[in-house]
Amino acid sequence: MNALGLYNYWIVILLMMTGFYVVISSGNLVKKIIGLNLFQASVFILYISLGKVAGGSPPIIREDISLYSNPLPHVLILTAIVVGVATTALGLALVVRIKEAYNTVEEDEIHQQDESL
Amino acid sequence: MVETINIVLLGFLVIVAVVAIRLHDLFAVVMMFGIYSLLAAVIFVVLDAVDVAFTEAAVGVGISTVLMLATLGLVGRWEKRPAHKPFLPLVVVLITGGALIYGTLDMPHFGKPDAPVHQHVAPRYLRDSPDEIGISNVVTSVLASYRGYDTLGELTVIFTAGVGVLALLGIRRRRQDEKKNER
Amino acid sequence: MRDNEVLRIVSKIIIPVIFLFALYVQFHGDYGPGGGFQAGVIFAAGLILYGLIFGIARLRRVVSIRFLQGLIAAGLLLFSFVGFLPLLMGRNYLDHSVFGQDAHSGQHLGIFLVELGVGITVAAVMVTIFIAFAGRRDNL
Repeated sequence: MNALGLYNYWIVILLMMTGFYVVISSGNLVKKIIGLNLFQASVFILYISLGKVAGGSPPIIREDISLYSNPLPHVLILTAIVVGVATTALGLALVVRIKEAYNTVEEDEIHQQDESL
Repeated sequence: MVETINIVLLGFLVIVAVVAIRLHDLFAVVMMFGIYSLLAAVIFVVLDAVDVAFTEAAVGVGISTVLMLATLGLVGRWEKRPAHKPFLPLVVVLITGGALIYGTLDMPHFGKPDAPVHQHVAPRYLRDSPDEIGISNVVTSVLASYRGYDTLGELTVIFTAGVGVLALLGIRRRRQDEKKNER
Repeated sequence: MRDNEVLRIVSKIIIPVIFLFALYVQFHGDYGPGGGFQAGVIFAAGLILYGLIFGIARLRRVVSIRFLQGLIAAGLLLFSFVGFLPLLMGRNYLDHSVFGQDAHSGQHLGIFLVELGVGITVAAVMVTIFIAFAGRRDNL
């Protein structure tokens, strides 16, 4: 059970790294933001899997259940999800304005236009 | 059974993420992101986080996907193919992934009830929430009463995002001839 | 998409159900999964669906921008004010137990009002952001 106990975390780290790779390797700004959201979602999965108790139930109090999963990571991630969509909306609004100013959203073309000024 | 579902769902997620890297049609990448969010919501249900699954399904699949599609409609759908092979990002990603996996070797195993995160505050909330507050959903009682101040800060962040988008993009005032045409 | 009969008729049937479900999720957050954030997003999804099918101009006639901007501020003000009232009675900020005879009913009312403020602001912000993005092409 040794490797299986940590298998969840390793797969989630693999997901985080694919999101990270999309952010640093793609030149298109919209794809960078999508990669950032992929990274974010996998971090949420990591936190929630830390709060899971084997044999527990969702943290809604009922008389016949005595073991619950930890509610604190749930509260934290609930906040983080909504804050994440707020920052994504702001990032996408900035991308729309960049497109209107430079007529492109590819990173190298934007740098080219800035350097040729 | 839970482990099998977990492993299968995480496998699907890896496939979706790898496909999202390889595609150059951004419309398809946004759809992959929508599928990723929905699979993450299902994983949250399997991991007993029902409130979080609700929020992730509504926000990730609904609002985020619609906003990305609206942006694609304004900036263009196709990604330019890269001129050279990205060797350096791959090395950086491998080093970071290796460091993170080395960091997880000390972590408690998945699901153990005596992990440090389940001591101190969480059993106190679970034990005292029926007496002090009296509602069944512990996540709501922690969010709105025990940690209400953090929720106020979060609401302010959402407010700021709305104000920021209004400042960046703005909403055009309806011209007088438009109003007359609609009557 | 207004010309597609299937979309038009199905959306007219489904959008009121979406609003009803959003209200259900808002007020049953105490007894099951739910609460202000989920309800606000679901309510905004109903309005966004209306805007997608019938056009942004008609959506702006249903909910005017002034009204949405007022709602964005009103939810946050409601939350802050509900937290401010216990200060006037000598207790801590956001201590909901002062609102009723005993701690349970006070907490119930306080959580109800706080979640209502959250739901109002989240719904208004999501619809405003959608209108800002979707109405941008006419500005170009």
